[in-house]
Amino acid sequence: MSRIRNAFANGKAFIPFITCGDPDIATTEAVIRAAVANGADLIELGIPFSDPTAEGPVIMNANLRALTNGIRTDDVFELVARLRRDIEISLVFMTYANVVFSYGSEKFFTRCQQTGIDGLILPDVPFEEKGEFLEIGHRHGVELISMVAPTSADRISMIAREAEGFIYVVSSLGVTGTRTRITTDLASIVRVIRENTAVPCAVGFGISTPEQARKMADNSDGAIVGSAIIKLLERYGKDSPKYVGAYVKSMKDAVR
Amino acid sequence: MSAGRFGIHGGQYIPETLMNAVRELEEAYDHYKNDPEFNRELNTLLNEYAGRPSRLYFAEKMTRDLGGAKIYLKREDLNHTGAHKINNVLGQALLAKKMGKTRLIAETGAGQHGVATATAAALMDMECVVFMGEEDTRRQALNVYRMKLLGAEVIPVTTGTATLKDAVSQAMREWTSRIADTHYCLGSVMGPHPFPTIVRDFQAVISKEIKQQILEKEGRLPDAVIACVGGGSNAIGSFYHFINDPSVQLIGCEAAGRGIDTPETAATIATGKLGIFHGMKSYFCQDDDGQIAPVYSISAGLDYPGIGPEHAWLHDIGRAQYVPITDEQAVEAFEYLARTEGIIPAIESAHAIAHAMQIAPKMARDQIIVITISGRGDKDCAAIARYRGEDLHE
Repeated sequence: MSRIRNAFANGKAFIPFITCGDPDIATTEAVIRAAVANGADLIELGIPFSDPTAEGPVIMNANLRALTNGIRTDDVFELVARLRRDIEISLVFMTYANVVFSYGSEKFFTRCQQTGIDGLILPDVPFEEKGEFLEIGHRHGVELISMVAPTSADRISMIAREAEGFIYVVSSLGVTGTRTRITTDLASIVRVIRENTAVPCAVGFGISTPEQARKMADNSDGAIVGSAIIKLLERYGKDSPKYVGAYVKSMKDAVR
Repeated sequence: MSAGRFGIHGGQYIPETLMNAVRELEEAYDHYKNDPEFNRELNTLLNEYAGRPSRLYFAEKMTRDLGGAKIYLKREDLNHTGAHKINNVLGQALLAKKMGKTRLIAETGAGQHGVATATAAALMDMECVVFMGEEDTRRQALNVYRMKLLGAEVIPVTTGTATLKDAVSQAMREWTSRIADTHYCLGSVMGPHPFPTIVRDFQAVISKEIKQQILEKEGRLPDAVIACVGGGSNAIGSFYHFINDPSVQLIGCEAAGRGIDTPETAATIATGKLGIFHGMKSYFCQDDDGQIAPVYSISAGLDYPGIGPEHAWLHDIGRAQYVPITDEQAVEAFEYLARTEGIIPAIESAHAIAHAMQIAPKMARDQIIVITISGRGDKDCAAIARYRGEDLHE
């Protein structure tokens, strides 16, 4: 079984997102280790991009902080290589098309394979544009994660049929960021996904509390949380690992 | 490869959330572009409201002074709202209205596209929100006031470099959060398909008129058409009907800022490389890791790190040539046209004039250059005065 599939084998999955290099790469590493120790099933590692058009202010600022601190794409690969010495759970990248393209897609996926990255989420690469990345990914054993949005409607079945790894279900309209209420009819979206594929699906965008995570995971195979974790990093800086650890534990307990 | 390609450029690199919105837009556009009633309404707006056709003016004094090719100015600055932007906006606003949208959102750099969008929204009873980099709201304070006067809400964007690219990003973010009643009225030939095609088609009226007017006046095609390029909407509009006329040289003038050998430049073809950003594959100013560069130009309208995909393709196949023009050259051309012809051009358009000033003297007297004056320069007077060391504030 692939590492991504393993992430969904231990009850519902809890998937934290962390922007690499915010506030520095050593803190990122410690935060990831704390998340793993407290039950994270898969970790989404954000490679910073200067103009992240799918992000709300919290993750946008995390990207800018990391870049201001001089984080390079190669620093992130080196971090992954260090983590892979002892971390077994699935690690996927979340970044933007230009980060991959400008690195050289072939070289990027080769480095993913060498360091042990299992999948890639590119929010600015929809179904119609995935071809140029998918084929290279397949040659390097890296799965391209598809996204489904509240507006996908007739596109859901098409996306689901070709999905691999897991499907990232976007909970709400708009960009990333915590929300007090999520009103999308996720059950219907997930039903169409399930009719078309056995690939698991996890819900992200707007989730911050254990109650929300439980509700989202009830409707799917897991919950993804980004901004709520980045807020802890914003608040506690280098002291974040213990707070993120406790948060991950509370979220995993809620969804499992 | 996906829809909307110009060679390898273009495409639809946008979040899944927007895919049905751009598909719906494409379907509506494909329907209405051939609809006689739509075209009748649009032509009436362009002629009666915007003041088309715009004049093709023979700049006799400039021609004599430079001592070479005959120079004609395509006067888009005489359009209602003072720039070419209104051509595209009237088309998109009418299309949005037909699609049942009640709200327009837009990005703006110099403020001309924002003003045009606010104008169309006022005319067509639509709500309007304009995103503008905070830095640009300072550089173009008068246009901010105009937009508000027209009933639009102006949202200053503080992220990144607080200029045009950040305004585009913020408008895209806004569109993902509110799609049902909202049309994103993109102002240039950029972004995801179908925008580069729609905006080009609505701006192509410029070259359609130039061709007709120059044939009437001179009985032949021009030797060169020159326009400034940020995203590239007035340039593609000026080039479009000449693309298949190989005798007509097409020249786009990019903003070199303080020079293409400095980091303070926005000349994409001169200093950028292939990338994927703002929904399209094209050339972008960026670093080795693909981080988009914080570009600079004295001209808020050209202060953008990318170029429309059709221009990238025209560059690839060698059909159009793109040249960098510095702030200093543009300011000199701005002052020159005011003195010589009594026309104050937008600082954006002054980039095109600057290049014509370089090449016209080397051309024969029976050759013809057409320069598109994309907008008028009233908005720039305070900034140019400050550039020249005068303590002038609006």
